[in-house]
Amino acid sequence: MKALSHLWSGIKRGSLPVYSLIAVVFLLTPIFYTIIFSFNKSLRRNTVWNSFTLDNWTNICARQDLCSAVGNSLMISLISTLIATALGTALAIALVRYRFKLRSTVNFALFLPMATPEIVMGAGLASLFFNAGVGPGFVPTVIAHVMFCLSFVVVTVKARVQTLDPALEEAGRDLYANPSQVFWKITFPLLLPGVLSAALLSFALSFDDFIITYFNSGSVNTFPKFIYVAAKGGVPAQANVIASSVFLLAILIVLATQISSHFKRKRLQHIK
Amino acid sequence: MAGELSVAGADLELIDVRKDFPGFTALDDMDLHIPAGQFFALLGPSGCGKTTTLRIVAGLETPTQGRVLIGGKDITDTKPHDRPVNTVFQSYALFPHMTILENVAFGLRQRKVEDPLAKAQAGLDLVELGHIGARRPQQLSGGQQQRVALARALVNRPSLLLLDEPLGALDLKLRRQMQIELKAIQMEVGLTFLHVTHDQEEAMDMADTVAVMNKGRIEQMGSPEALYDRPKTAFVSRFLGQSNLFVGKVSEENPNSVSIEVGGAKITVDKKRAEKHTGTVAIGVRPEKATFHEEKPNLGADHVLIGPGEIIDIRFTGVSNQYLIEIPNIGEITVFAQNVGKSPVVELGAKVWVSWKVEHSFGLRDLPDGTEDLG
Amino acid sequence: MAFAAFGSSTPTTKGQTKSGRVVLALLLPGLIYLVLFFVIPLVSLVLTSLEAPAASGRIGEYVPGFDFGNYAYVVTKYWPQIARSFGFAFIATIIALLISYPLAYFIGVKARPWPMLQRMLVTLVIAPFFISFLLRTIAWKQLLADHSPIIEWAHQVGFLSPSQSFIGSNAAVVFGLVYNFIPFMTLPLYTSLERLDTRYLEAGSDLYASPSKVFRKITLPLSMPGIISGTLLTFIPIAGDYVNASRDFLGSSNTSMIGTMVDADFLQNRNYPAASAMSVVLMGIILILVTWYVRKSGTEDLL
Ligand SMILES: Nc1ncnc2c1ncn2[C@@H]1O[C@H](COP(=O)(O)OP(=O)(O)O)[C@@H](O)[C@H]1O
Ligand SMILES: [Mg+2]
Repeated sequence: MKALSHLWSGIKRGSLPVYSLIAVVFLLTPIFYTIIFSFNKSLRRNTVWNSFTLDNWTNICARQDLCSAVGNSLMISLISTLIATALGTALAIALVRYRFKLRSTVNFALFLPMATPEIVMGAGLASLFFNAGVGPGFVPTVIAHVMFCLSFVVVTVKARVQTLDPALEEAGRDLYANPSQVFWKITFPLLLPGVLSAALLSFALSFDDFIITYFNSGSVNTFPKFIYVAAKGGVPAQANVIASSVFLLAILIVLATQISSHFKRKRLQHIK
Repeated sequence: MAGELSVAGADLELIDVRKDFPGFTALDDMDLHIPAGQFFALLGPSGCGKTTTLRIVAGLETPTQGRVLIGGKDITDTKPHDRPVNTVFQSYALFPHMTILENVAFGLRQRKVEDPLAKAQAGLDLVELGHIGARRPQQLSGGQQQRVALARALVNRPSLLLLDEPLGALDLKLRRQMQIELKAIQMEVGLTFLHVTHDQEEAMDMADTVAVMNKGRIEQMGSPEALYDRPKTAFVSRFLGQSNLFVGKVSEENPNSVSIEVGGAKITVDKKRAEKHTGTVAIGVRPEKATFHEEKPNLGADHVLIGPGEIIDIRFTGVSNQYLIEIPNIGEITVFAQNVGKSPVVELGAKVWVSWKVEHSFGLRDLPDGTEDLG
Repeated sequence: MAFAAFGSSTPTTKGQTKSGRVVLALLLPGLIYLVLFFVIPLVSLVLTSLEAPAASGRIGEYVPGFDFGNYAYVVTKYWPQIARSFGFAFIATIIALLISYPLAYFIGVKARPWPMLQRMLVTLVIAPFFISFLLRTIAWKQLLADHSPIIEWAHQVGFLSPSQSFIGSNAAVVFGLVYNFIPFMTLPLYTSLERLDTRYLEAGSDLYASPSKVFRKITLPLSMPGIISGTLLTFIPIAGDYVNASRDFLGSSNTSMIGTMVDADFLQNRNYPAASAMSVVLMGIILILVTWYVRKSGTEDLL
């Protein structure tokens, strides 16, 4: 009896970790698949495993159209990230630090884009540009990307501003720093981690966006658009290479910051 | 201006300063003068407006009305970064993204002082933390952070140093030690210190002058001894130490003294120690100035005698014993008696008389909360 | 006038007017952007949805009007897509919640003694964000294609009848939606569970004794904010998605959703009023559902 109840509680205690492991493996399966098939020597379609090759990695631009689409994507993401981060950071500071009459209205207005499906935002912007006689293209795409990244930046940076002790800025003013010096020497460095993660999020959202881009980019090709169109006939293995390298790079950045902050914390504890 | 900082302290003057927050008056017509080079303590309960006063002096808050003068110069409209004032913040507010040395050098760099790092190092040495300049604030204990905050303000040699409950977060032992160090540093640098605290013992120990604040006003100002010996309001008499207060109508007036009648007893105060000589008056005496007797003593007119009453509580606190005596028609009276080694001769329930010298009575300007003017 | 609204409440002293100006400088660029490229597009969408075909009769040409017929047209013609979109969104959100909750609980509560493990797991949960959404979906298409090991096995065990394909079915689309939006569910859940004070749980075990009661009375209510933001972050984008349902991904011509029709009408048929009306319908239903949901759960301050 006793052995049985031991076994049961053991399973119960073990089941949650085992479940979590299975869930994580489930989440990662398509990633492994994508990475593995970046090494496939595919014949016509990259759907069946043929044989191992490094050719796709050494020869990324074998598909010229793919490479230019990736180039466009990088350009669009970079520009929209810069603009969205600047606008969103300013909004976040204002919303946390100042009390003004329409504050809750502004908060709500900034929440709305997140509650709007991409298809609605994409079609809305497209109809605006269409009605204004502006054709789809690079600039409308950047404008659209800034718009859907903006709210996410505001939310991310707001969280950081909330943790910032106003006394630090006051200490700066007290120690002879004028308002702009206070901002650049104290506020900004302290907000930087939040601003950087907002920018990273922004970049990831923008780089991976398909629906809004599809409605506003016209003839400008992007990486997701390339895959969407190629999905009909078969996605070349080079696309897997691109996606895998973006993935590995991002994971490396995240892991590196995590590990370094982990050891920093350890060291702090040690000294104390 | 920031450039012309004095090496010695300057005096501070607040004239008729008022601060209204939406729906709340934090400071009410405050007048204050702090002579140069003084260690001045602003003492009051939490929420009475101490921090608001400091923030107005530092320029972090604009007064609704009134002027702020430092060294005779009106700085009411001067920006915080242009004021010859530095603050040790209640939360220390050390910059977490800079090393300790850079924290201390911040003000020096802003003012483009030559060789800021060497001067910052000297500042750290002054607070005996010269060896931790390379660390970050998060790696320091509360006491160390407090000293760094002090050094960061002091290295700028401001005319006036503002300290907002700088010892509030420290444990008792460290607190007493830092009080001594802080006082020593003030004597050494000779700057004007405006020290805010809610700890009356701290204010009494450290300050040359103490101002007691209550509800946005200064109730009384003076040397710690004077405040203790002759509190002028009910609030001060109770916030600084303990007091027994008696309220009654003036029943007798002599050239040098007035007496009130309370529950059939006569309580007398010297006129020069009383703020008010007519109508309803509150008279107080400190518990350690009173003594009790098991037999009714025969005392002259230079003593106040009340009783008999009953001892309803005794506490042994080491140096002294505290007796709580209930006197019919008068109320409860606290008496401290020195613990001189003898076991207490009286017991709970004993019948006693209480007396003190008239010269130890003090007469208040106002009446304690909850008592009525008797007409 | 409009500007004054952003000033501080009592612009009486110099300091406050100054801070009013700072607020304006911080807010205006972002707000102007929001109005220009969020509010006006929505208005433009509504206006387009009311347009009537031009007299010329050429495809893609319309004149401003008040033609509510577009709404009648899309609702009668596309009601299966509308029903499917919200049906899929509803089912997929619930499944995602059921899958995510234990995972988030493990990471946020059980893994607390090992912060390094905790952070690793969070990274793994968001890892799919870093690889193309479309490629992830294509990967599942290959993994679950006819003759793939998983599907062969499903045939053998009898989960699927011998001739049945998985890809192209409603189930496949829901599967893809659940998979793609699990991180959006898990992250907010994790954030609220991570803040959960385990002392409540201990106190709860004393009071209620049974673990299921502790869960219902304490854990669940305390993680409600996470559940609400997680379900919103999942439901809304799923209702508007059409990639998973696309014939080239996990769906078939029988799984089309609202987005499929907006795409077709806007980009292929050039029937802008119909596409706009469809988008307005989608947005309208979402706003109604979200408002109702947020009211119901009594957490309006969450927004
Ligand atoms: N920015 C503000 N807005 C409204 N009320 C305030 C503000 N700052 C302080 N107060 C109020 O003014 C009173 C005095 O505050 P403070 O000066 O911080 O007190 P102390 O430092 O003596 O504890 C308090 O009641 C506080 O709530
Ligand atoms: Mg205070």
